[in-house]
Amino acid sequence: MFDLDRWREIFQSISKNKLRSVMSGFTVAFAILLFTLLFGVVNGLSNTFKDAFVDDAQNAIFISTGVTTKPYKGLQSGRRVQLKNKQYDFVKKAYKDKIELLTARVFKNANISYKNKQDNYSLRAVHPDHQFLEKTIIDEGRYINERDLKEKSKVIVIGRLVKKDIFGEKPAIGKRVNVNGISYKVVGVFSDSGGDREERQTYMPVTTAQALYGNNDHLGQIVLGYDQKLSLDEAIAFGNKMERDLRKKLSIHPDDQGAVRIMNMAEANKNVGVFMAILYVLVIIIGSGTLIAGIIGISNIMIFVIKERTKEFGIRKALGAQPSSIVGMVVQESVLITTLAGYLGLSLGTYFLSLIGNSLEEDYFIKDPSVSTAIVVGATITLILSGLIAGYLPAKKASKIKPIIALRAD
Amino acid sequence: MLEIKKLHKSYPIGKDSLHVLKGIDLHIKEGEFVSIMGSSGSGKSTLLNIVGLLDEHDEGDYYLNGQLIKNLNEKKAAMLRNKFLGFVFQSFNLISYKTALENVALPLYYKGVNRKERLKTALEYLEKVGLKDWAGHLPNELSGGQKQRVAIARALVTNPKVVLADEPTGALDSTTTDNVMDLLRDINNEGMTVFVITHEEEVAEQTKRIVRLKDGVIISDELTANSESFKHAVKAL
Repeated sequence: MFDLDRWREIFQSISKNKLRSVMSGFTVAFAILLFTLLFGVVNGLSNTFKDAFVDDAQNAIFISTGVTTKPYKGLQSGRRVQLKNKQYDFVKKAYKDKIELLTARVFKNANISYKNKQDNYSLRAVHPDHQFLEKTIIDEGRYINERDLKEKSKVIVIGRLVKKDIFGEKPAIGKRVNVNGISYKVVGVFSDSGGDREERQTYMPVTTAQALYGNNDHLGQIVLGYDQKLSLDEAIAFGNKMERDLRKKLSIHPDDQGAVRIMNMAEANKNVGVFMAILYVLVIIIGSGTLIAGIIGISNIMIFVIKERTKEFGIRKALGAQPSSIVGMVVQESVLITTLAGYLGLSLGTYFLSLIGNSLEEDYFIKDPSVSTAIVVGATITLILSGLIAGYLPAKKASKIKPIIALRAD
Repeated sequence: MLEIKKLHKSYPIGKDSLHVLKGIDLHIKEGEFVSIMGSSGSGKSTLLNIVGLLDEHDEGDYYLNGQLIKNLNEKKAAMLRNKFLGFVFQSFNLISYKTALENVALPLYYKGVNRKERLKTALEYLEKVGLKDWAGHLPNELSGGQKQRVAIARALVTNPKVVLADEPTGALDSTTTDNVMDLLRDINNEGMTVFVITHEEEVAEQTKRIVRLKDGVIISDELTANSESFKHAVKAL
């Protein structure tokens, strides 16, 4: 219920007792300011770590091969292991219930020329799923599709910067470019959050590249996205099992670490996750400690304030104030001060964080420090509650004192 | 108006208890101007606190405006105080951060009167005690006599049944004492019941009835030369 007279009483009491109000407000504001800064900075750290993996899908597993370091089944060490379509098909068939996305990659260099423009770019020959694993964003046209694969179409998807180099502002879609001496149709232009290097890539169907360059079934890499329903631990176990299976298929010694290499994002995510979890636990401990110190601060001040006002409460009671009206007045004042001061601390904190912005990213790995709405709301509720308790307990006690005793207190 | 029968009150002091009021019988009718006289320790303040619903009695009956006061909770007591009683204290007990006008208006706030009406009524009562021009001043800008007059205005503002004054002149010099007593007499002459506690003979003499208290019992209860019935009695002689 909104009671204008009650608010008038409270504002009068606050404005006539500025020092006391400022003191109690300051405690809370400072606690919340520290709390906000602390959380913001840790969020900034967390953002940096998350960004480190933003280029590719979070659930990606990269399979590549190298040179054997141990002899096995009559094969000598130092043998170069080559991924082929056979392994791609094996992975596709054997783990189909655990795989969401799957693509092969063949790496080539592409000398692309159009009219009088010519330059060298990297080329990836891929399956359609590659778009989602690499988080490729199609700006114009389309990506490689199944039909391209089947027909070994001579089509190419070029990066935003490739398009800029070769076509400038003119449209690229439908134009024919010369790639290593063979004519291809540009069917799409893409951008990528992975940076300039990614945007100087070009993509073509894996089947086309295999047929035209080398005429073999070699693959450079197999990339898959595991089922997102898998937990991190399950995903790591899945990656390890696949590694063992592939070693067996490729006649590699089970302990040979170098010949088949699996880079599993789940492992990286887990490490970062553990690190961030520890950091958050620390911050929650320190942050709540700060909040508690603030709450204790305001409780102390409220106890003192109420002691100081005991006589005033006695007068008010003698004049007909009911105990509930005294408690209500004190609690409302306390909640008002904590809420306002808390809000001030919060605003200052977020303002400082926004000032910091990305300026600490290079040296301190703090990117875009900020606090989430949930934390803001949580801290505000904590504040209001603490203001309530800090005011209520001593006020309740004071309101129970008989007016005659309160009046005697000089 | 006020009826007290066989009232007892003890205060616990450590394991013992101090019997302060030992069976007080007192009847105060509407429109009376009564003073309770007694040295310190006679129990007069205790009596006023019980009459003023600031404290509870142990035994006996107390009727305020015909209503038996028994087992009052804080809320009920606060309502009755606000409705029937006006207080004047020795140390004024004004709220230091409120102006004279706001102090006078405070009981009306607890009565639930709206702000405009409150301030209007409060100003009328300030005028009545001759302090209209001081309405916007804080208590520490007023003299002792002025403070007590503000307190009297505050006691009257709800138009109570009884004004209870606890040593109203205790902190004042003799000139201001007379002014305050004159003011109380004027109020009484307008029909208000006034109940004064004092240990000063000169103050008591200005009321119309003196009740003397000693060691928790009433030792005398007589009308003074100021009372109408006394004047009638003198005339008859």
